[in-house]
Amino acid sequence: MSNETIEQIAEQEYKYGFVTDIESDVAPPGLSEGTIRLISAKKEEPEWLLEFRLRSFRHWLTMKEPEWANIRYEPIDYQAISYYSAPKQKKQLNSLDEVDPELRATFDKLGISLDEQKRLSGVAVDAVFDSVSVATTFRGELAKLGIIFCSFSEAVKEHPDLVRKYLGSVVPYTDNFFATLNSAVFTDGSFCFIPKGVRCPMELSTYFRINSAGTGQFERTLIVAEEGATVSYLEGCTAPMRDENQLHAAVVELVALDGASIKYSTVQNWYPGDKEGKGGIFNFVTKRGKAFKGSKISWTQVETGSAITWKYPSCILQGDDSIGEFYSVALTNNRQQADTGTKMIHIGKNTRSTIVSKGISAGHGQQTYRGEVKIMKNAENARNYSQCDSLLLGDKCGAHTFPYIEVRNSSATMEHEASTSKIGEDQLFYCQQRGISAEDAVSMIVNGFCREVFRELPMEFAVEAQKLLGVSLEGSVG
Amino acid sequence: MQGLKRMLEIKNLFAGIEGKEILKGLTLRVNPGEVHAIMGPNGSGKSTLANVLAGRPRYEVTSGEVRFEGKDLLELPPEERAREGVFLAMQYPVEIPGVNNIYFLKSAYNAMRKHRGEEELDAIEFLQLVREKMKLVELDEAFMNRGVNEGFSGGEKKRNEIFQMAVLDPKLAILDETDSGLDIDALRIVATGVNMLRNERHAVLVITHYQRLLRYLVPDYVHVLSEGRIVKSGGKELAEELEQKGYDWIEEEAAAAR
Repeated sequence: MSNETIEQIAEQEYKYGFVTDIESDVAPPGLSEGTIRLISAKKEEPEWLLEFRLRSFRHWLTMKEPEWANIRYEPIDYQAISYYSAPKQKKQLNSLDEVDPELRATFDKLGISLDEQKRLSGVAVDAVFDSVSVATTFRGELAKLGIIFCSFSEAVKEHPDLVRKYLGSVVPYTDNFFATLNSAVFTDGSFCFIPKGVRCPMELSTYFRINSAGTGQFERTLIVAEEGATVSYLEGCTAPMRDENQLHAAVVELVALDGASIKYSTVQNWYPGDKEGKGGIFNFVTKRGKAFKGSKISWTQVETGSAITWKYPSCILQGDDSIGEFYSVALTNNRQQADTGTKMIHIGKNTRSTIVSKGISAGHGQQTYRGEVKIMKNAENARNYSQCDSLLLGDKCGAHTFPYIEVRNSSATMEHEASTSKIGEDQLFYCQQRGISAEDAVSMIVNGFCREVFRELPMEFAVEAQKLLGVSLEGSVG
Repeated sequence: MQGLKRMLEIKNLFAGIEGKEILKGLTLRVNPGEVHAIMGPNGSGKSTLANVLAGRPRYEVTSGEVRFEGKDLLELPPEERAREGVFLAMQYPVEIPGVNNIYFLKSAYNAMRKHRGEEELDAIEFLQLVREKMKLVELDEAFMNRGVNEGFSGGEKKRNEIFQMAVLDPKLAILDETDSGLDIDALRIVATGVNMLRNERHAVLVITHYQRLLRYLVPDYVHVLSEGRIVKSGGKELAEELEQKGYDWIEEEAAAAR
């Protein structure tokens, strides 16, 4: 492929870089007990939640930012961040028509017009704009089945017992620096509850979007599937162009009770920074699921955005016969850095886990797979299969693999496969010799590389993911 | 040209790889309807010729000219050459894991149709076309849904090359040692594929070390390559002579003539 084409495409600007001017209700920068009390008061929270936040904050003050990850960034000034921002709303919304037209236009630009989604794809969308939910759809239909799908704040108001029961039950407030910070300052997120025996009839989806300059995003998501319930949840996001780094530290907790099944799919396309690495989102996420007897938790992620990704969606396989899965495609281009992977903790008997990780590095991108498989003493007949493949485009990028395995029960079966390959000149030439352009060839080869992960995604998401990879990668081969 | 449209014209071509000159003044003309065999010992420049014609990166042309239907072939990037109708059956076909064989071929086929200003075929139309060709090369349909050359045996890879050739229907097909490592059945299939192209619209350049393939696929012309140039040309009987006497006598003759 000629260098000219490569540069042309590499110079493509981030397609979703724009800022919507909506009057924001922004807290002054800084973090103190006062800030936390302000957030809690703004959200009219019950006392127990304020206590949870304060406990977290006090613990956070004793913690150190982790340094073990294979990423480099300027120190984050936690006092320079504003911890609360809510789009101003004049009144409660009854339908989509009442949503701020400018906000609607932003969604339109992103190609996620809510009512279209509603009509065409049968996806219930809980749109998170900055930190407060502005529109929730399909609620009624879901409610008939006893399914609760709403913003976290609403859940706190309307279903406090459920939230109180499960909040922090998978990711305790002491868990890690970023999760603890989140526990102290989270503003909103999604809550999802599927009652016993109910199969959620549609994919549940939330679009996240970071919009206010200098506002950290601290999303909190909690999904609970009761005994025998089934749900598939989609999370996808884009963000406007920014010069300064934006901190994002989300926490997602999944609870799959006996025989339940939760499938959580993510397409993450936040602003990755420019070619020199200026700007871009810092994405420090804690995602974890707890699987009870005979249940199944499946994580699928396509990570193409963010300047820094620090993310390890994990499964605690607590119940006997439970299943954990992790399918991941992560792409780093230009100056992006990603340290991502999973943890599978086998506690119950006959627990099974599968890890398929595909890392793609281009430009100066640096990528690390970090995974841990732990078989505890009582986990008789546990099985794990891990596969970590890396694909390099060009010779300035890097791929690193750190699989940790800890086995304390001799009946375990572990399989691990790893490979690193380069998009060969030979592969490219082979495609070109058959008349396929170099750009199409790269996209084809990369998509082929990711196939095992894409086939785990819900249909519409798979299509979106393929396009995203195409756009993020075209012409990055030298 | 006396009314005869020349397909490929190579004039005094000097080319090599990584600074090493391999082709040293090669001249060759190929007309539509002709099958030419290029033979020669290892290191004589056979594969370099094939790769230079197809535009493989890192091969450099230092001087000389290559015209394909009157166009300057060396000016075109590899995909343009392919779309103009130059096909190279590779000596070592690569694997492209996860990319469905039939999807790959459809992309290639439609890229060429688009180039010719024709409408692209949809999946169903394409499948019909492909089924016929598949029978010719005796490939199983299950084979089509695997990744491109992924986990194929050496023989399967070569058959896949011939299958692609049959579907893409190139004007000029270049077979780079397609026969190496093939059993008799596979050789026969390769020959069937090539013989399909034997008509006034096509020409074939068969590059081979051995005469074996040429029993199934009788060439119109045989050229012997030595040290980067064609030192002897003849009819099909030249191939038989080479089989009996080896390459040494030709190289000696060539050396004496220098």
